[in-house]
Amino acid sequence: MQITVLVLILALLTVSGYQMGRSRAAASVGGRLVELHSVPSYHGFYVALWAGLPALFLFALWTASEGWLIMRMVMSALPDRLVAGDPQTLNLLKADILNIAHGISTGRDVDPAVTAAAAHYNSLRAISDWSLLAIGASLAVAGLAYGRQCISPDLRARNRVERVVNIGLVVCSMVAILTTIGIVLSLLFEAMRFFSVVSPIDFLLGTHWSPQMAMRADQVGSSGSFGVIPLFTGTLLITAIAMIVAVPVGLMSAIYMSEYANPNVRTWLKPILEILAGIPTVVYGFFAALTMAPFVRSIGHSIGLDVSSESALSAGIVMGVMIIPFVSSLSDDVINAVPQALRDGSYGLGATKSETIRQVVIPAALPGIVAAIMLAVSRAIGETMIVTMASGLTANLTANPLDAVTTVTTQIATLLVGDQEFDSPKTLSAFGLGLVLFVVTLSLNMVALRVVQKYREKYD
Amino acid sequence: MSVQTQIHTKPQAAARTAPAVPNKMVARDVKVFYGAKQALKGINVEIQENKVLALIGPSGCGKSTFLRCLNRMNDTIENCRVEGLIALDGEDIYGKGIDAVQLRARVGMVFQKPNPFPKSIYDNIAYGPRIHGMATGREELDEVVEKSLQRAGLWNEVKDRLREPGTGLSGGQQQRLCIARAIAVSPEVILMDEPCSALDPIATAHIEELIDELRENFTIVIVTHNMQQAARVSQKTAFFHLGDMVECDDTEEIFTNPRDERTQGYITGRYG
Repeated sequence: MQITVLVLILALLTVSGYQMGRSRAAASVGGRLVELHSVPSYHGFYVALWAGLPALFLFALWTASEGWLIMRMVMSALPDRLVAGDPQTLNLLKADILNIAHGISTGRDVDPAVTAAAAHYNSLRAISDWSLLAIGASLAVAGLAYGRQCISPDLRARNRVERVVNIGLVVCSMVAILTTIGIVLSLLFEAMRFFSVVSPIDFLLGTHWSPQMAMRADQVGSSGSFGVIPLFTGTLLITAIAMIVAVPVGLMSAIYMSEYANPNVRTWLKPILEILAGIPTVVYGFFAALTMAPFVRSIGHSIGLDVSSESALSAGIVMGVMIIPFVSSLSDDVINAVPQALRDGSYGLGATKSETIRQVVIPAALPGIVAAIMLAVSRAIGETMIVTMASGLTANLTANPLDAVTTVTTQIATLLVGDQEFDSPKTLSAFGLGLVLFVVTLSLNMVALRVVQKYREKYD
Repeated sequence: MSVQTQIHTKPQAAARTAPAVPNKMVARDVKVFYGAKQALKGINVEIQENKVLALIGPSGCGKSTFLRCLNRMNDTIENCRVEGLIALDGEDIYGKGIDAVQLRARVGMVFQKPNPFPKSIYDNIAYGPRIHGMATGREELDEVVEKSLQRAGLWNEVKDRLREPGTGLSGGQQQRLCIARAIAVSPEVILMDEPCSALDPIATAHIEELIDELRENFTIVIVTHNMQQAARVSQKTAFFHLGDMVECDDTEEIFTNPRDERTQGYITGRYG
């Protein structure tokens, strides 16, 4: 409630700060706007920023530290007998307090001290909210007053607003970077827990994948073995099949669209191709499982081959179809970016259209095409659903496209589906797989970037 | 296709041009339309063998359009329609039996901006001979490449780095590479569309010398905005204005004694 009020107050103050800044700036030169260093609207933005930013900053800081601070205060007020336990019981205790404070039943009898702590928590929380409202609102008013005070004809409001915008842009770009770092770190920590149980060498070089672990000592079988080689060969096999389908078809259709199709055909062909990219992968998945796999199998039988009903081939083909629009759309763009002057040069020497395309346009567009293919490969490696549905979960170490194989992402998905214990290597192995996969796709992308940079021709 | 015999140049001008020089190409009443817009309004020009014809005129007057008609480069532009007659050695190049692709091997073209292919210097030159199957075997191809580069005056500068990309050369070298590439297919006519407009004066001087030498073996048509250049390199000059060819005569005549007021205004710098 208080937070909503604060947000409303802030919005109101910022808007009025803008108006105030504008009119004050105009008044300060008696309406002769030429005498101002900056246009009145910049003065408006300047005041508005002073009113909004410090309060927002405080708000962010407050919400980030509030929960932790309050919990600390609550815990220190608890009787000693409750806080004496090990970190795990303490965490449980904290969770209990939070649950009761939020009115969620814990489903068992609770120590009266804990109930009291929950009440304490709630009261502290209320105090915190009210003080945030008070401090935030007064900070905003103070900022507004200060900003308004600063306004004079010589104030370089334009440059200062520019600087704030600049900082804002930097912050936005940091979000992506920080998120990436966060993801990598969380992956890394969980993976390290996994590698403390299973040796990385066994993991990377093992040829048998069977992550089932015995729950009890007397359980039969399933000692759990974590060799990723079958998973990576499966991934490679399916990716290779997908690329064999997607690259020629995608490239050819890109060439057709950019060089041969007349504009009318192009206007409806390109969107239709891009619809392919809009189909959810799950839909591709059941297309692969229900249509493609039986089709592949019946063809295989008719020519006397033994095809399993879940085959790498059918998953790969459907995945390739899924990737076609990636390859074609990106390649189409780079082919269009090849300067007309190069084509003219080739035609001027008496080359035909196909000679020109083969020997001039494609080589000139090659870096972009390579980048498109690399992106498509990353996409194929990361694809989960089609394989889950059409190629199964059996980790066969095989290069036969007619066999069932499984991929890294499919295994990660199955390992983490449903309720899992987070102390068993079976669950943790998902993070190990994730880490290796991350490293693989990252290096692929880096190679692609290097290729593109190295062979890029500068056309101005 | 109607062939109009009326020529814009006046009788005494026709008498002055020595009839001994045969016409390599002839244009009669050439009209070009881009969609509904008419870019050329009936052009009549004779292009004499082993001479340099300069096309001058203000921007947008149709010089480049006319040049591109001569090897049917306009075919690659949509909505572009060409009417009238253009003959190469007496044969209509827009006629039924003519393959535009083959034609462009006979009438080569050098463009305003140097446009080397993203290939090595060697492959840039060898491109044309390869697609036309003009050289059998490695040695013959090497020979064609060397000869073309020598004729373009580039051989000494690049002979040690034939395998390096053509795009790494300087602007002037790139343009000479493009000229070498054009002469490698031994065309009969070379069309040059402002070949020096992107180059500095020294590189320009190089190219101009080159054009003068090439005249011995080729017929050259050059579009230029630079009046001095037209005066230096050409024997014939045609002045274009707003889609019309105002006059076409010996270069000396055009620059010293233009008959039309518009020509005089343009070459003296009053407009354009």
